[in-house]
Amino acid sequence: MATRLPPVDVVIVGSGWTGGIVAKELAQTGLKILMLERGKFQDTNPDFLAPQSHDALKYSRRLDLAQDLSKETITFRNDRGQTALPMRQYGFFIPGSGVGGSGAHWSGLTWRWAEWEHRMRSGTIEKYGAGLIPEDMTIQDWPISYKDIEPYYDRFEKVCGVSGKAGNLRGKIQPGGNPFEARRQNEFPLPPMTPTQSMTMFEAATKKLGYHPFPIPAANCSTDYVNPDGVALGQCHYCGHCTNYGCEANAKASPHFTMIPLARANKDFELRTNAMVLKVNLDSTGKKATGVTYADARGREFEQPADLVVLGAFVMNNVQLMLLSGIGKPYDPQTGEGVVGRNYAYQSLGGARVEVPRDVYMNPFMGSGALGTWIDDFAADNYDFAKVGFIGGAGISAGQNSGDPLTYRPSTPGAPRWGAGWKKGLVEAYQHTMSVGFQGAVMSYRQNYLDLDPTYRDAWGRPLLRLTFDWQANEHKIMAATFATCQRIAGEISGRAPSTATPGRAMAGRRFSSVPYQTSHNTGGAVFGDDPRTSAVNKYMQSWDVPNVFVLGASALPQNASRNPTGPVGALAFWAADAIRQRYLKRPGRLV
Amino acid sequence: MSDDDRTRADRRTILKFAGLGMGAAAVPLAAQQTDPIPQPGAAPVPAPPAPPQPHDMAAHAAAPKPAGDAPRFGYVFLDAEEAAFVEAFVDTIIPADEYSPKGTELGVATFVDRQLYSAWGQGRNMYLQGPFQEGTPEQGYQMALAPADIVRHGIADLNAWVRKTYADNSFDTVSDAQRIEIVTALEANKIELSAVPTPVFFNMLYQVTTDGFFADPVHGGNRGKASWKMVGYPGVGEMFADKIAEWRGKPFRVDDPQSILDLS
Repeated sequence: MATRLPPVDVVIVGSGWTGGIVAKELAQTGLKILMLERGKFQDTNPDFLAPQSHDALKYSRRLDLAQDLSKETITFRNDRGQTALPMRQYGFFIPGSGVGGSGAHWSGLTWRWAEWEHRMRSGTIEKYGAGLIPEDMTIQDWPISYKDIEPYYDRFEKVCGVSGKAGNLRGKIQPGGNPFEARRQNEFPLPPMTPTQSMTMFEAATKKLGYHPFPIPAANCSTDYVNPDGVALGQCHYCGHCTNYGCEANAKASPHFTMIPLARANKDFELRTNAMVLKVNLDSTGKKATGVTYADARGREFEQPADLVVLGAFVMNNVQLMLLSGIGKPYDPQTGEGVVGRNYAYQSLGGARVEVPRDVYMNPFMGSGALGTWIDDFAADNYDFAKVGFIGGAGISAGQNSGDPLTYRPSTPGAPRWGAGWKKGLVEAYQHTMSVGFQGAVMSYRQNYLDLDPTYRDAWGRPLLRLTFDWQANEHKIMAATFATCQRIAGEISGRAPSTATPGRAMAGRRFSSVPYQTSHNTGGAVFGDDPRTSAVNKYMQSWDVPNVFVLGASALPQNASRNPTGPVGALAFWAADAIRQRYLKRPGRLV
Repeated sequence: MSDDDRTRADRRTILKFAGLGMGAAAVPLAAQQTDPIPQPGAAPVPAPPAPPQPHDMAAHAAAPKPAGDAPRFGYVFLDAEEAAFVEAFVDTIIPADEYSPKGTELGVATFVDRQLYSAWGQGRNMYLQGPFQEGTPEQGYQMALAPADIVRHGIADLNAWVRKTYADNSFDTVSDAQRIEIVTALEANKIELSAVPTPVFFNMLYQVTTDGFFADPVHGGNRGKASWKMVGYPGVGEMFADKIAEWRGKPFRVDDPQSILDLS
């Protein structure tokens, strides 16, 4: 039996970006707020201090900051005809655990999505007619416009100290920025990061081909910075221990130091770690949440009453909690009815390897998570959909993230994997290899969805979340066309062609595989919208069915774009926090 | 205690145990196999190649100290047969050449042993609840075995195959050329193992072996940062904010890359 605890006003599930932002924004209201984090407490000091924080085996291979799969995972199948089986070891995505969540180990690419990426359905129909959207493609517009969210993108960029170059400043195209960028009111808080050799080569090649390269917006600070909340961020060391690591310099913005300490400074706020939320409890009407039930590290269960519940867990966990708790109607792929689990999407990542001339040295160990140069010429609606026959496109980039040879081992083509000749290949390739990568959009479809697994259970006896997903024709076309473009750019850089595919990544013509790591950018399952028949939450991320539950994060995104979702995720958390603070708390109830 | 003292202490321990004449059960299995017992109906057994046994600790300890040799640590997970196998395997994957000493001299066998005994090796972070059933390649690994189990079963299976195929030799007693032949066949999935699919075993042992070559020496392998010096990785202590522009396109190298161990 769960032990009943004294009530609080607000329970926040998860201490990542979304939970952290809401916590910080609500903490000054004087409400009693409890944040429940499934993982351990961690802070820059001592947890991310060098040199221990640069342990590639611990963080990059064994993924010490990730969710404990022995306790909980997902099951996966490509289609409904298969039996879903559990992801038994880390695969295509790496969900974070511990204070800061995935925000502690992310790379830092902080995009504003392109204007079209906020209204993919109507934007496509306006230009090309409805015929270009296949019958099973269930893309839908955001319920709010880019203009609505623009100030919130700005807030999130300022919190993170994003380094970049504006491409469209108040309607004026800026040299050096992304000319396809949505109109922004302000320049980035910090100038772009220092480019590497690979980036300058990519820039020269893409310019020569007539494209428009620009620095990736990076939440890796190009200089020391103090954000509007007075939080100091350090200059990035370009140490190459970024993605999958915590940052010792606080140069990579993370909620564990930009949000959580500010919330904790309020006496009515409490952070409780090792607290695994198992369920949102509803009253007998099923229309009102009464709080949550969680388990502590020992497995003891506690019932935590609360007036307001904010779900800020990872995409999959948000959806799992809603399904387990009976919040919203579960999606049925046969009828297309129901909303929870609907419109799951992902991204495709691939690319081409480039061998550079032997007198050019890449110094691959000088890098950071978001250090790169990008082109948007084949992304969003910046190209002719009708001509290529697909929607969504892909971003193409070259960057430098980590040269730690534990995980970065380029070799010369045809070199053996071991024994004589193996080391020679590594020695020759290490300084003279780069890659041109792509990140493809994935649309949402009737047949790609999330529900509860009928067989497999987690450590607390709850059904695992089941993912049913495969690439569809549109995504195969994106991958094939974009890989060809990557090869063209690679050929321009190296002066020879063709180049080979980056190993372990998505390939057109093959089914989606859950095995190799690709990206953690899962989206959907609890999408936001204007219509309760096609969305689980309203435009303020509030459950249509249980209005004292808000569900934040990438689970709200109705389909995926060709760029990282953390920018929208952060902006939408500020957007929802404003709605909660300024409207919901004054008059609890449905905001729409 | 200085490193040298520790080395001597470890050597004394090794020698002591090697000379104790432990019970018959403790005699390394692989050592018995170097004197194959002819089986009825079996083809005549050629004399086994007799290189110094990598697992023959007393012989090893008594051998002249190779340049850059470091303390031995003994094994906590691998038994004698497995240790002999792993030592032979890491030296096949990472042979001594102009680029680096061989794997065993770099502590890679120790690394493998420690990793297999670690939380990771024991499957602490894996979802190991049933039911177990074979899935599609896209669904990935679906067995009830932790990494250490995979290696243990795989070694036993492969040694059984080697005994059958190479006149009662085990993987560590065949010639270097035969070992290369075996690993080549293993990598190409041309040897069938009974308990673990061949690619699962090969990839597991291959991964943990090469990780032992490249991981920070704090984990017991990559002694002297041999692999880092080999490729020109400057280690974990560098900060490049003021170097990235200056060295763009030019080879940045340091003489002695710094490891976590150096900086701790």
